[in-house]
Amino acid sequence: MTAVAQQATLGRRIRRWEGLPYGLILPTVAYLGLFFGWPMVQAFKLAFREDGNWTIEPFRSMVNDANFGEALKFTLLLVGVIVPIQFVLALAMALLVNAKLPGRGLFLAIFILPLAVSDLAAGLVWQSILTERGYLNTVLEKLGLIDQPHIWLDPTKPNQLLFAVVIAELWRSTAFVMVIFLAGLQGIPKEYSEAAEVFGAGLVQRVWKVILPMLKPSLQVALLFRIIFAFEAFAVVIAITGRAKTTLATEAWRWQADYFDSHVAAAYSALILVLSLVSAGLVVWLLRTPKEQMLR
Amino acid sequence: MRRIRLIPAALTVLAALSAVAVAVLLGAGEKAAASPRDAGKVVFLSNQLAQVTEVDAVRNILLKGFPGNVDFVAVPSGQPQVWFNRIQAEAQAGKGSVSLLGGLHGDYLTIQQDLMDLTPVAKQLTKAGIPADLMTLGKLGTSKQLYLPWMQATYIMVANKQALPYLPKGADINKLTYGQLFQWAKNIKDKTGQARVAFPAGTNGLINRFFQGYLLPSFSGGVVTTFKSPGAISGWLYLKALWKYVHPQSLGYNFMQDPLLSGEVWVAWDHVARLVNALKARPQDFVAFPAPRGPKGRGYMPVLAGLAIPKTAPNPAGARQLILWLEGIRTQAQTLGSVGFFPVNGGKLSEKLGLGLLKMNTAVRRSQRGAGAVKSLLPIGLGPESGNFSKIYVDTFTRIVIRGEDVRSVVNDEATQLQALMNKTGAHCWAPDPPSSGPCQVK
Repeated sequence: MTAVAQQATLGRRIRRWEGLPYGLILPTVAYLGLFFGWPMVQAFKLAFREDGNWTIEPFRSMVNDANFGEALKFTLLLVGVIVPIQFVLALAMALLVNAKLPGRGLFLAIFILPLAVSDLAAGLVWQSILTERGYLNTVLEKLGLIDQPHIWLDPTKPNQLLFAVVIAELWRSTAFVMVIFLAGLQGIPKEYSEAAEVFGAGLVQRVWKVILPMLKPSLQVALLFRIIFAFEAFAVVIAITGRAKTTLATEAWRWQADYFDSHVAAAYSALILVLSLVSAGLVVWLLRTPKEQMLR
Repeated sequence: MRRIRLIPAALTVLAALSAVAVAVLLGAGEKAAASPRDAGKVVFLSNQLAQVTEVDAVRNILLKGFPGNVDFVAVPSGQPQVWFNRIQAEAQAGKGSVSLLGGLHGDYLTIQQDLMDLTPVAKQLTKAGIPADLMTLGKLGTSKQLYLPWMQATYIMVANKQALPYLPKGADINKLTYGQLFQWAKNIKDKTGQARVAFPAGTNGLINRFFQGYLLPSFSGGVVTTFKSPGAISGWLYLKALWKYVHPQSLGYNFMQDPLLSGEVWVAWDHVARLVNALKARPQDFVAFPAPRGPKGRGYMPVLAGLAIPKTAPNPAGARQLILWLEGIRTQAQTLGSVGFFPVNGGKLSEKLGLGLLKMNTAVRRSQRGAGAVKSLLPIGLGPESGNFSKIYVDTFTRIVIRGEDVRSVVNDEATQLQALMNKTGAHCWAPDPPSSGPCQVK
């Protein structure tokens, strides 16, 4: 009896202990600290220290490098083009799946399929579609739409490679955003939309005035993830464009793997981190939800 | 029930039979090893042919039938230092276990004081017809034969026969000039509407070797010393002009055999190992020929592997016997057939190798023996900076040819970086640049 009573009081004590929530997240924090925080600190140290001295030499090498401007430009361009298109598409896809039409399971399966493909594999798939003797030209020729193969991956034509990378990235990662949106949509009570419908709101109005504002937390999460991932774009770009286009992550990899200079590679990584953090901060700030509007 | 019991019984019989077979084979092996010409135990340390399939080919094809017990130790390509460390450790100890070394020309320069003079073996090999300039490379600038040429690779050009009608008038494909290559590329584009000449300029392509071994030596006669010279500038301007007629997907090509086979590309330059599948698959459709000649000669880059005996070798006689075995025309042909390295032996190769490999072998020999060849070696003495060395050439190309920056300012800019790299590594000039006493200087 006493043992049971003691156990009960111990349990109660633990439950009343103010530090309980902190105790519960402690393992996660320790894990993140050990496997993400510490390597990050090390990477920063690598970028700022050379032969035991503090230095900004790696950053100077990075900024003065012939490929830095191109890499920064193309990375920002990718983020700026892919993310907005992807959000519109993902929203449409999520609404379609959420509309409970017949065959929604099939839509969902088709939409989600690319998520199972690694980014390098996705890049290679698109490369083999778009290359001169690739699947696209073969199909177009068979249909009689073109007489001779068209070159889709032509670095001399402005923005053609950007277009190819955007297509591949949209195919590969829009489903990811859609899943987040779908979860968000399913958390919105149907009554709101129905009430709006009763008051005569059309589909566009309902999406714009009811669904989107209530989807704001999901938008925020999706935007955070997508922007961070877009700054890391690498394998798809390499597979499709080869040496014609470069990104910040590509340059980081080259400095490490080809030029054996970990300091400059770390400087690139630090730059990617800072850009991701700044844009994440902007997203959080721009899409902040006032407390009184929070869905409880 | 009975059937089930039969299976273990059958298995037992099978096991017994195979045990007997293995015992017979082992016995036979021992008998062979005991023959009078036995070379004894030879430890063969090589940093070439180190991939799993290559090691397998060495043990089961190239060494098969050799009277002796060869222990082929391949150093993984990711850890080149292991090769040097072991050789130097044995030299310092004054006592070794390695009797034969296999490595690239550049590798031997740093350990030449530890190598035996192989002049007597070279004399035994006179009939093999190894080209004199390769033998000279094996002397490493001394009067002694420090290593013997073993096998080689290089870069050649391959064309689809469909491209041949567009060759400019009077051009001999085996004695092409860069001017004729330009005209050829232009003809193809003008008459078919598509650019069909291409280079492996993708992320993992070897176009850096085109600049270092072909374009710049042919136009300027050098690689480092002449980096800023008018010849080098005209080479870059040539490439910029040619690029208008080069397949735009070149920046994505890594191995030219793939676009050659798909028909995207008709004329390509690349390393032999990255062209071989095209010629093996459809030997009738392709021709192989040496890279073109420029104003300063026909730049070409041999990749030469050699065999050497360290002074501490416990079994130098066995090692010499193994060298003669590996240099024999039969083993050399097997080397080409199984691992794709070309013979240094000038003898006639068996037609069993297939038309594709024989065509390539002819192109390799022509590259080497034709008049006016400017031999350009793989960079020597750069160590971990060789990636940065190539970066300078590829960046120069990207800035001038792809981005259209001003040639002179790009070349001056990159020359500063090249000089800094040479000073940092202290690397002396290598061929075709004239030898230097200190770090190689950009003039």
